[in-house]
Amino acid sequence: MAESRRTPLFEQHVDLGAKVVPFAGWEMPVTYEGIREEHSAVRRHVGMFDVSHMGEVEVEGPGALAFLQRVLSNDVARIEIGAAQYSCLCQGDGGVLDDLFAYRLGGDRYLIVTNAANHETDLAWLGRQSREFEVIVRDVADRYAMLAVQGPHARQVLSSALGIELPPRFHVSHVRVGRRPALACGTGYTGEDGVELLIDPEVAAPIWSELLDAGVVPCGLGARDTLRLEVCFPLHGNELTPERNPIEAGLGWCCKEETGFVGSEAIARARAVGTAETLVAFKIEGQGIPREGNPVLHEGEPVGVVTSGTFSPSLELGAGMAYVSSQLAEAGTEIEIDVRGKRRPARIASKPLYAKRS
Amino acid sequence: MADGTYPDDLRYHEEHDWARIEGDQATLGITWYAQDSLGEVVFFDPPEVGATIQKDSSYAEVESVKAVSDVIAPLSGEIVEVNDALQDNPEKVNEDPYGDGWLVKVRLSSPEEAEMLLGAAEYRKMLDR
Repeated sequence: MAESRRTPLFEQHVDLGAKVVPFAGWEMPVTYEGIREEHSAVRRHVGMFDVSHMGEVEVEGPGALAFLQRVLSNDVARIEIGAAQYSCLCQGDGGVLDDLFAYRLGGDRYLIVTNAANHETDLAWLGRQSREFEVIVRDVADRYAMLAVQGPHARQVLSSALGIELPPRFHVSHVRVGRRPALACGTGYTGEDGVELLIDPEVAAPIWSELLDAGVVPCGLGARDTLRLEVCFPLHGNELTPERNPIEAGLGWCCKEETGFVGSEAIARARAVGTAETLVAFKIEGQGIPREGNPVLHEGEPVGVVTSGTFSPSLELGAGMAYVSSQLAEAGTEIEIDVRGKRRPARIASKPLYAKRS
Repeated sequence: MADGTYPDDLRYHEEHDWARIEGDQATLGITWYAQDSLGEVVFFDPPEVGATIQKDSSYAEVESVKAVSDVIAPLSGEIVEVNDALQDNPEKVNEDPYGDGWLVKVRLSSPEEAEMLLGAAEYRKMLDR
């Protein structure tokens, strides 16, 4: 087994007493003081996540737009300079290799942020696909530490602690953090407002300390997962896999088949004829906590499988996402989740499971 | 991180369970180490009163937000009471693992099994290894 990697903030996590676990080849903090506390800090105030394990790939050259239009599912031509867009990276049969944000840093310069577990395979795929384009695909993962600062107070705390101008949602701005060039991205994975900072690894530790002093709560991957699950953001490896297309995952909105991207024909077909299964959200009614891999039953018959399940700290009940037969994929449908032999009554719910009261 | 406590009047099982033996009955729970490893307990799925449990076998589950853990019986017997208060306040298992966070009471079928359990000092030594 390859040795696990550590982010530039590993010492900080250990000092804070984090529980560290192996994740996608990295040693990552899963929690510091408790998942529920960290979860609620992000819902109510502001928390920060070290997500330096995520990968960054720079795509540059006169063919950058044409190349990205070919490999990404969304309409890349719509990304203005300084804007960001969510896409799937699909293979020819429409299966999802990764899901990612693309940020347009300049006229013909883009940055994409990959999932840690997929970074190497994404790079290989992008490298192969780029041959017929006038473009350079560069692995720049080592250039950045990544901090996701998330929560209703994130912007306020960040601008006063770091004195930087923050981009609007789904935009990116060039800033200086710790006297080094950095990127501030108006994106996140929690369902809350917030910013993701791509900073020089050399200044990661002092910036982390500065934000701690400003009252930002350190949060681990545990809360990151419960937060994203409550707002039904898919996770690659769970909801998204090369065996599933974006249509069944409910990501048809980020697929623009008219751009002719790799996988667009298969996806157009899936959109037209429908898919056998559909990704749904559900809540347990009563006791029990669903977990990944639990069978889903309807009138006693197996109709699907749980892709992610947890105790939802905001809803205070068991909830998750599952692929089920498409004819049952309607909010309100009664199902049962087979949790290690115990059938727990549940009901398909509309997405997101948790919506902010405005 | 705060160190765990392991009261001297309890007997311990290697799978991080404790037993408070009183005559032919025992109260069972999970140790400080077990609750700390698991994290915040959000659900205790108890056995039924009257069920038979077997030393070294799982008799219940405790779950945290992200994890499920089997609870291993340190002794054999029949369940005579379960801690119903944990249904509404499962966090008691974290806050007071040897007090309000107890899990079940059993009538022992083989009280002599207690001799195979560890004392507090031995259990602590096992954790240090």
